[in-house]
Amino acid sequence: MTMSDTSAVSSSSAPPEAAMPGRSWSQWFVRTPGLLPAATFVAIVLVWEASCRLFEIPSFVLPAPSRILGGFDAVSTSRWFEHVWATLRVALIGYFLSIAISLPIAIILARSEILSRAVYPILVVVQSTPVVAIAPIIIVALGSGDTPRIVITCLITFFPLVVSTTTGLMATPPELIELSRSLRAPVIREITQIRLPFAIPYIFSALKISVTLAVIGAVVAEFVAADKGLGYFIQFSTSMFQVQQAWAGLIVLVLLSLVLFQIVAAVQRIWFPWSLPTERE
Amino acid sequence: MSTTPPAIGFSGVGQVFRTASGALEALRGVDMTIGRHEFVAVLGPSGCGKSTLLRLTSGLIRPTSGTVSVFGLPVAEPRDDIGIVFQKPTLLPWANVEDNVVFPVRHKTGRGTAEDRANARVIIEKVGLAGFEARLPAELSGGMQQRVGIARALFMNPDILLMDEPFSALDALTREEMGFELLRIWEAQPKTVMFITHSISEAVLLADRVLVMSERPGHIVENLVIDLPRPRGIETSNQKAMHDYVGHLRGLLLKRAA
Ligand SMILES: Nc1ncnc2c1ncn2[C@@H]1O[C@H](COP(=O)(O)OP(=O)(O)OP(=O)(O)O)[C@@H](O)[C@H]1O
Ligand SMILES: [Mg+2]
Repeated sequence: MTMSDTSAVSSSSAPPEAAMPGRSWSQWFVRTPGLLPAATFVAIVLVWEASCRLFEIPSFVLPAPSRILGGFDAVSTSRWFEHVWATLRVALIGYFLSIAISLPIAIILARSEILSRAVYPILVVVQSTPVVAIAPIIIVALGSGDTPRIVITCLITFFPLVVSTTTGLMATPPELIELSRSLRAPVIREITQIRLPFAIPYIFSALKISVTLAVIGAVVAEFVAADKGLGYFIQFSTSMFQVQQAWAGLIVLVLLSLVLFQIVAAVQRIWFPWSLPTERE
Repeated sequence: MSTTPPAIGFSGVGQVFRTASGALEALRGVDMTIGRHEFVAVLGPSGCGKSTLLRLTSGLIRPTSGTVSVFGLPVAEPRDDIGIVFQKPTLLPWANVEDNVVFPVRHKTGRGTAEDRANARVIIEKVGLAGFEARLPAELSGGMQQRVGIARALFMNPDILLMDEPFSALDALTREEMGFELLRIWEAQPKTVMFITHSISEAVLLADRVLVMSERPGHIVENLVIDLPRPRGIETSNQKAMHDYVGHLRGLLLKRAA
């Protein structure tokens, strides 16, 4: 505001941007969404590349970005898709299975205080067990194939979904529950028409966390036993000292997680816009 | 015995809540009646059991002792002919105004007919929200949201309207305006109204009769008939009689608080 005031005094005919080109350019840069982080990212990559060349860092310690780019070419595109699909399939099946299991459990926990007191400690114990540590046990127990990997993915995504959904189901305004009871409506509609919709913001925050956890679950399972998938690819590459390949796999993995996260966020934006915090200036 | 029973009757009603820190006696020996189509305001200090009185009438809770009856019958469970308006509008944030108003019938029976929607639109117009049917609650002001809350309570066409500090979240001007609008609706379509409030002037301005409750355990300590002409409006607030009523009630509440 003060900027344009002073420029208006100095040159009354020219628009303020023209009077202060440097300042307004930097403002544009800062205000354009996404530009600042993108520029930071580019800067990091450049510093990274320069450091690797300048200090001749061995590539098994830290490969330069240009070498990582080469790592992508080491494997054919169709093979890349196979790896991505193997990981994605396990992550998604585990994720949706986890949703299908955790929503009914959350409803039961929210409805029954006795059950919730009985089951909650067990859930905490399950949650406190590092998935990486039980993964080999599960794989031995359930054999090869997708089943143990899906179970591992379920285990890791399950807890945030149950806890968040239960919290959401309990966070319904008590007046609406009284309204429901004063109408003598059946309990099922109290859940479907009041409690579950009110839990939507809570459910979605858990869905967003869980979808990235699902990818982690799938990768952990692949570390233990697999012949396909991004986790398998990273481990295989490092065992062959192809570190730039491992980095390429890591980047694909990060992109996969980001895309899945954004898809969940978009589903919430499109179908449940009312559940987002209202943005006000 | 040809006398028609009162709309709401309390006789010797006591209410004790079991809490973690022991028994809490909210009401003791409440006796009162509210006649058919009477507009009764309830005043009383915070925590004296006004909301409890309302929830007993609605059938959401049962008295520990004594009887609560509606149209002569003891209240055993929530009834269809009672509508409730809460302090906060508590609308469904994902549903537009019309869906919020139709909600009671959809919630009770599982579906809403075209006729229900037509009825809802009539009521929405009656509460002054014509043209806002498709808006979401977040797009409405607090006063407009409470109008939706009132429309929702009116939708099932109840004989009794229970209102628990319905205007206390609104600014003073909106509050007065809403009060007069409530009277307009009530005069066009008479109902029995139990109106809980903390505002003495609001109680006097709106009600046929004001009940004053004691501090906990609550019981009725004053039953004041407000003999002001209807229809009431801004002129009413300027009448000397109104000031006398307000002065009397204020003195009573202050003396009890002292
Ligand atoms: N379900 C309940 N369980 C335990 N105690 C309760 C319950 N409902 C109300 N009480 C207690 O009973 C007393 C009366 O409560 P009530 O809500 O009826 O008061 P109120 O007059 O409406 O108060 P306010 O003016 O603050 O709204 C309070 O002390 C309250 O804590
Ligand atoms: Mg209250």
